Amino acid sequence: MDFLNSITLLGNFIIVPGLVYGSQLALGALGVTLIYGILRFSNFAHGETMAVGSMVTILATWGLQSLGVSISPLPTALLALPIGIIAAILLCLTTDKIVYRFYRRQRAAPVTLLIASLGVMFFYSGLTRFVVGPGDINFFDGTRFIIRAREFKQMTGLDEGLAIKTTHGITIIITLIIVAALFYFLNRTKTGKSMRAYSDNRDLALLSGINPDRVVLIVWIITAILATIAGTLYGLDKSFKPFTFLQLLLPIFAAAIVGGIGNPLGAITGGFVIAFSEISITYAYRKFLTYNLPESWEPDGLVQLLSTDYKFAVSFVILVVVLLVRPTGIFRGQSV
Amino acid sequence: MKKMLLATAVSSAILATSAFAHDHGSVKIGLLLGFTGPAESLAPAMAAGAELAFKEATDSGKFLDGKAIEVIRADSTCVDASAATAAAERLATSDKVASFVGALCSGATGAILQGVARTNGLMMISPSATSPALTTAEDDDLFFRVSPSDARQGEIIAQMLIEQDIKSAALTYTNNDYGKGLADSIQTSYEGLGGKITLAAAHEDGKGDYNAEVGALSSAGGDMLVVVGYLDQGGKGIIQSSLDTGAFDQFFLPDAMIGESIFGHFGADIDGSIGSIPGTDSDGAATYSELATAAGFEAGPYSGESYDAAALTLLAMQAAGSSASADAKAKVFDVANAPGEKIYPGELAKGLEILASGGEIDYVGATSVELIGPGEAAGSYREIVVEGGTDKTVKFRQ
Repeated sequence: MDFLNSITLLGNFIIVPGLVYGSQLALGALGVTLIYGILRFSNFAHGETMAVGSMVTILATWGLQSLGVSISPLPTALLALPIGIIAAILLCLTTDKIVYRFYRRQRAAPVTLLIASLGVMFFYSGLTRFVVGPGDINFFDGTRFIIRAREFKQMTGLDEGLAIKTTHGITIIITLIIVAALFYFLNRTKTGKSMRAYSDNRDLALLSGINPDRVVLIVWIITAILATIAGTLYGLDKSFKPFTFLQLLLPIFAAAIVGGIGNPLGAITGGFVIAFSEISITYAYRKFLTYNLPESWEPDGLVQLLSTDYKFAVSFVILVVVLLVRPTGIFRGQSV
Repeated sequence: MKKMLLATAVSSAILATSAFAHDHGSVKIGLLLGFTGPAESLAPAMAAGAELAFKEATDSGKFLDGKAIEVIRADSTCVDASAATAAAERLATSDKVASFVGALCSGATGAILQGVARTNGLMMISPSATSPALTTAEDDDLFFRVSPSDARQGEIIAQMLIEQDIKSAALTYTNNDYGKGLADSIQTSYEGLGGKITLAAAHEDGKGDYNAEVGALSSAGGDMLVVVGYLDQGGKGIIQSSLDTGAFDQFFLPDAMIGESIFGHFGADIDGSIGSIPGTDSDGAATYSELATAAGFEAGPYSGESYDAAALTLLAMQAAGSSASADAKAKVFDVANAPGEKIYPGELAKGLEILASGGEIDYVGATSVELIGPGEAAGSYREIVVEGGTDKTVKFRQ
């Protein structure tokens, strides 16, 4: 019984949050890694693309709610998602046309594009704050929980509860669908293969008749889709605050680099590695050990490796270690 | 046509002189509140309260022989000391205010006191800064507050926890002057009364996710979670995360956690939680609440204190017969405490008149003001319990 209690405890505070946060990071890191692999620059505006996409989704959600449309028990935002995605696609394509295309034609160094993306990031973040303001927006509706902690305790008779929110379920299921669709697209379709070819060797791809403008167009469309979905899922699960998307950029880049930047499989693995290390290193294990150890061995302290204040430092440390030991990342992406 | 012009000229001259006769210039007062930032939902009702007092005194025509009061609002934020100082500096040097009412949060108040009020020699009365550190801060006798120090609130909270038979509690505080000050005071008093704080952990405001913080608090355990935070910020996030994970379902809510954005948002989910907020059951509080309703706003937390802070500023100036801070600061204790005629909200005209004729007053106001020590309120608290998703007043404590 004690053992089951301790496992439930870990499930509630590490495994479920880790899976959900990992999925959100993985979706974000996939966008970053695709841009890096094909357009060859680190897109710092990615976090703010997520913010703009989810902002439009929120506006559409409000519109639908005022019309009385609802898909309860699921949140209305899922229905509004396509509108957010279309807005994000339009925004990305316009930005590419106005900003990035110029530098691409110049064959500018990646660092020039990176700095340009930094400017785009500030523009996007201003845009978000201008439209919906800097405040906290909660746009979740529908049923909040799949299982409540209290119900779980009654059902199983355990002392520890396990809570699964509706947003947890939605996040994991949508991530699975998106990742499967993306891999099918990249590995099985002609367009996907041409994109991989373009990523491997740009000149050779051009020689074999791949239209570069089309590849760029599709990369931005996919990135905008991934960013909007990741942003909306994060906003649904926590709450939408423009400021948090800048904070998210660090773990997202860490995830992409740890997994091997330019490698989609790496981005997903990286997302989960970062999420689980952030959560498991800052968790206090006292209760877990109290359940599993004989009474005389019970710890007095909290058995917490790092205070939660240092959560973001964990991503940094992993990033540095990976770059020192294995610069190409776990799945051998391009060397950074 | 000529006649018409002449008539206009004459009548405008008459108007101008008559206006001049009623207005011997005006006194500017800076109203520094955190209109943006983690306590922004409290600021509008507080500003309305202070401005109500200023308007009352101006309308009476008795303030310093009929001077008008011009209020200049400025945003002191809550946690950004440099923004707060810049806003106060602007009021002091460019607008040339005679005195400050504010600021809202302890951090901003301390920064303005040291950076602007002392260097410019301006009096400052805060309605809501509660950090114990301000009791001992160097202030050249310029700083007063209508709110009690958190050292007092800590004692009250500890007593309430013990009376509710809560033997151990986890505590989390927002990582700034206010949070740290109150958390230390709660821990010392509670452990002095035989309770046990299992973990006192700081949290940062403005994060998207507080799962990790709640995980640590839950692991430490306790019968209740004391959330020394802000209702629009981390405090709300901590409660949300605790409810989601089932870590805690009852909370202790100190003053900065009490407001509609908590009760309206969580509703019956936090039933059984208790809280404390400066407040009094005196007649003044009820009168003030009516005055506020008549003026078209709701008397929220610290709104009455703001009215009192503004009223004390004016009464002290009246007693000194001058709007200069250097003269007025010596009179604040005289008008706030006995002896003298008791002055309730809405009676500022009476108070101003007594002072003008050389009499003495004991300002009671909306919150039973009684200044002690270096110029802070003695403090009476309203004890609340959450029932059916709203706050119910249990009793008042002195």
